[in-house]
Amino acid sequence: MEEDKKTNRRDFIFTASYALGAVGVGAVVWPLIDQMNPDASVKALASTEVDVSGVERGQSITVLWRGKPVFIRRRTEEEIAKAKDVKLEDLPHPETDEDRAKNPEWLVMLGVCTHLGCVPLGDKGEYGGWFCPCHGSHYDTSGRIRKGPAPTNMEVPKYEFVNSNTIKIG
Amino acid sequence: MSDHEYTPKSKLGKWFNDRLPLLTLSNHLQEYPTPKNLNYWWTFGGILTFCLITQIVTGLILAMHYVASADLAFGSVEHIMRDVNYGWLMRYVHANGASMFFLAVYIHIFRSLYYGSYKSPREVIWIIGMIIYFLMMATAFMGYVLPWGQMSFWGATVITNLFSAIPFVGESVTNWLWGGYAVDNPTLTRFYSLHYLFPFLIFGLVILHIWALHVPGNNNPIGIDLKKPSKDTVPFHPYIVIKDLFALLIFLIVFAFFVFYSPNILGHADNYIEANPLVTPAHIVPEWYLLPFYAILRSIPDKLFGVIAMFAAIFVLVILPWLDTSKVRSAIFRPLYKQFYWFLVADVLILGYVGAMPAEGLYLLVARVATAYYFLHFLVILPILGAKEKTLDVPLSLTEPILGGSPKEAMVKKNKEI
Amino acid sequence: MKNFFKPFLILMIFLSYSFSSTAAEQSQKLLEPGWSFKGFFGKFDRAQLQRGYQVYTEVCAACHSMKYLSYRNLSQPGGPEFSEQQAKIIASQFEITDGPNSDGEMFTRPGRLSDKFVGPYPNEQAATAANGGAYPPDMSVLVKARKGGADYIYSVLMGYEDPPPGIILDDGVYYNKYMPGNKIKMSQPLMEGAVEYIDGTVSSEDQMSKDVVAFLAWAAEPHLEARHKIGFRAIIYLLIITVLVYFSMKKLWSRIETKV
Repeated sequence: MEEDKKTNRRDFIFTASYALGAVGVGAVVWPLIDQMNPDASVKALASTEVDVSGVERGQSITVLWRGKPVFIRRRTEEEIAKAKDVKLEDLPHPETDEDRAKNPEWLVMLGVCTHLGCVPLGDKGEYGGWFCPCHGSHYDTSGRIRKGPAPTNMEVPKYEFVNSNTIKIG
Repeated sequence: MSDHEYTPKSKLGKWFNDRLPLLTLSNHLQEYPTPKNLNYWWTFGGILTFCLITQIVTGLILAMHYVASADLAFGSVEHIMRDVNYGWLMRYVHANGASMFFLAVYIHIFRSLYYGSYKSPREVIWIIGMIIYFLMMATAFMGYVLPWGQMSFWGATVITNLFSAIPFVGESVTNWLWGGYAVDNPTLTRFYSLHYLFPFLIFGLVILHIWALHVPGNNNPIGIDLKKPSKDTVPFHPYIVIKDLFALLIFLIVFAFFVFYSPNILGHADNYIEANPLVTPAHIVPEWYLLPFYAILRSIPDKLFGVIAMFAAIFVLVILPWLDTSKVRSAIFRPLYKQFYWFLVADVLILGYVGAMPAEGLYLLVARVATAYYFLHFLVILPILGAKEKTLDVPLSLTEPILGGSPKEAMVKKNKEI
Repeated sequence: MKNFFKPFLILMIFLSYSFSSTAAEQSQKLLEPGWSFKGFFGKFDRAQLQRGYQVYTEVCAACHSMKYLSYRNLSQPGGPEFSEQQAKIIASQFEITDGPNSDGEMFTRPGRLSDKFVGPYPNEQAATAANGGAYPPDMSVLVKARKGGADYIYSVLMGYEDPPPGIILDDGVYYNKYMPGNKIKMSQPLMEGAVEYIDGTVSSEDQMSKDVVAFLAWAAEPHLEARHKIGFRAIIYLLIITVLVYFSMKKLWSRIETKV
């Protein structure tokens, strides 16, 4: 009986030390990991404004936003029609063109292939949109994946028209 | 080193251990017979290992965010302090960690001096330790340059100018060190590179230091050779591990007070002013842990001899095992040495104090006397003591002094009675 | 326990020694108005920081830059904590030079949260030239860059006096009790009523000085509150685990007939 109590108390002290020690190690490790997350100055650069007054129909510009290229394309009527014509069943990642381009004349999307992050080339590929030279993904005029290894459509970031000439991304 | 050959129990363990005896090493480290009478002064070895790892980890992290460029360095440190997640914590731990590291290393060194741990057969441990200490000073100095504040810049200027004291080639050597005609961007980038490299050299030397320690085993407060393993020793794990851990936690409490409540008290305000090659701060002082050497440097009125004296102050420590010829290790049994030991401690503290004061008037006089005494201690007093001192009787085993209570008093009494 | 205390007692002596060696030299005793951000639980007073920011922009910013601060800092936790909307409005009142645009021209636009504080001068030389050869120091880390910190800056702000007889000052040089050397090239910046506080606080010289110094103290150490909070937890944690480890150690060593 006496002996039991003794071992119990000893076990308790050891267990408590280990448990609390583990908590402490966890608390120390977190800052060491978190310091690699985006810092306050990076997070603050969330939005950028782009002047698109000089972009003609059928032209694209590429701007940098959060370290990634953003394609801004002023599409021709033909391209818009082509994008709207596609049946959703034919798409690996079904999204309507209306959802992707609120103002059909302007397509704004991250110019990053969803396969492994290369930048696709414009006016290329079997669907008249974009083509990723790294591993052969074909995107259509709405930036949707049609053929190749990429799993999803090119991402549309949050953006808005501040006025008719200026797009604010982010 | 241990008496029995270790064989892992599991088959896989045996298979692996036959190819790379890591398990034998781990077993050796756990079973390592340690004198059971080690006091808390012996915990600083473990504390120092912790300090080194902390500095390497936090330094690695700071290096992810720091920019080594004369134009950007100061701003990048502010970026770490303001924007990086927990960046302020990393930097304050690293900056105060350097001070804590030196604090621990000084205690470690003075423990060794008191208990004669540098004596045969432990000379190599001691010499490796001195090389580590020297590299630590170099690393700390170069690290202090990196924030590119006023003290960084002018500290670097003053210290690198030490080399200009070398006859004939001094100027070429300093230009070579700077990569230019003054401390500037090339100096900063090379210091950064070396500041990154040196801790790993220190780490390697620490492994040698411990290896060399494990050959003869630990010294102990009584300073006698123990049979290992025996009644006088305990296995390193868990007995010494937990004791070291307890001491480390106390040390961490002190550390935490600095980091969280006085993070800048050991630094110098001027280092928050960006480096300006046109304006020297009114009063250049190195970090506290270099002050005794700084005092020795300034106490000599000649440039070349000042530099020589400063380096000699370190070198004299390296050859200490041959300066102290006494066969008795521990100061417990050396009544005279014990007195001189405390004089030396006071002397070094005085040197540190005057090192922080302007080099003029009374301070300069005190610095000179203290410098002279420093060398006197090692070069004259120790050899004389080795030959002349009448030491007390040394017990044959630990059990002898321990029976009567705490070893020290019992031992002294016993010897007096005899 | 006896043999255990001695090392750490000496450790403490050593520490206090290293304090005294760095804290030496200070001629004039500084004013110590008492700050809310000192001590274990020290926190900034939000209203005070907001007033301090007002003093900074309306008075100090005419000559002193604060190049390491961004407008977003004004709304971050632990600071003046303006709302994000307020901080955006503050930022938009400043004109930022940005660019080059696609034509290669620099252009100006209203400030955003991510922008750094706009300085009064394009560079250090311009600042020096415009201020009679004395560069008005950047204020981002000023509190940490001066011995005595917040107390010192407060003392300088409050330390303007007529020079004692016998001291003749050049033009553009003023007498200040707390400035090392007693000569300062900045004229007394905060006169009674120099700003009109939005929150209605009476803007006495003392009030404005305290407010702006508190603001500068935050600017120099924006994570002070987090530091105090984490530090308190860390030390409580360390104390508890130290006690636990102590008893674990006692238990373990009870098998050995040596005291620890």
